[in-house]
Amino acid sequence: MLTAEDKKLVQQVWEKVSGHQEDVGAETLERMFAAYPQTKTYFPHFDLHHGSDQIRGHGKKVVAALSNAVKNLDNLSQALSELSNLHAYNLRVDPSRFSSQLLSQCLQVVLAVHLGKDYTPEIHSAVDKFMSAVAAVLAEKYR
Amino acid sequence: MVHWSAEEKQLISSVWGKVNVEECGAEALARLLIVYPWTQRFFDNFGNLSSPTAIIGNPKVRAHGKKVLTSFGEAIKNLENLKATYSKLSELHCDKLHVDPENFRLLGDILIIVLSAHFGKDFTPSCQATWQKLVGVVAHALAHKYH
Repeated sequence: MLTAEDKKLVQQVWEKVSGHQEDVGAETLERMFAAYPQTKTYFPHFDLHHGSDQIRGHGKKVVAALSNAVKNLDNLSQALSELSNLHAYNLRVDPSRFSSQLLSQCLQVVLAVHLGKDYTPEIHSAVDKFMSAVAAVLAEKYR
Repeated sequence: MVHWSAEEKQLISSVWGKVNVEECGAEALARLLIVYPWTQRFFDNFGNLSSPTAIIGNPKVRAHGKKVLTSFGEAIKNLENLKATYSKLSELHCDKLHVDPENFRLLGDILIIVLSAHFGKDFTPSCQATWQKLVGVVAHALAHKYH
């Protein structure tokens, strides 16, 4: 799925956010909860107000996991294996949520907001494919 | 019938007021064809779509992008009456163009990313939420006459 060029572009883009991981994570989640309220159903135990520590903390976790994925583009299945188990057996987020690209859309909006023109069509395409690949791995063990 | 709050209407019109329909439309359509290349299936007669550069520079893509986004502007003018406004267009997309309505959702998401890149921080989470609702409702209206 991901070509060598895609992998290079994803790594490039990720480099650009490496100083702002916490912000990117928090903003992505905040946007997701605002635009897709149904996603809040998985966080009844969270304070979901703007700037909440829990959102920042969780956003940081999500971006760290994605960073790990970016470092292991040749072996996503293995790199995300534990997370895949977690989502399948514990969290049980409806897998169609992954495929309806709610998180991906919000992450990409954050990247576009911050990078402006630098979020080129080629980078857009590579990131979309990357998030698609991540979603597929996360849903792998569901049944 | 979809309900739009005063705030939502304001968020829609304030963004729309600053949109260059020709540029934005061209970019959104180009990105659709680049990011989801299978959508090129509807544009066999558009000429060279062989690379992102070719697609972005393709005059037919630009022209069609402008047409599509201009039509989107009509939706914004008729938020209380979307299904009726898009009735004929819906029939066209079903009966003549044979476009899977999933493509409307893809284009909607891409439009939002284009707006994000243009407006930066001004495209706040509330803004995005309202626009995601808008593109969803537009996609739904366009699919309404399918049979």
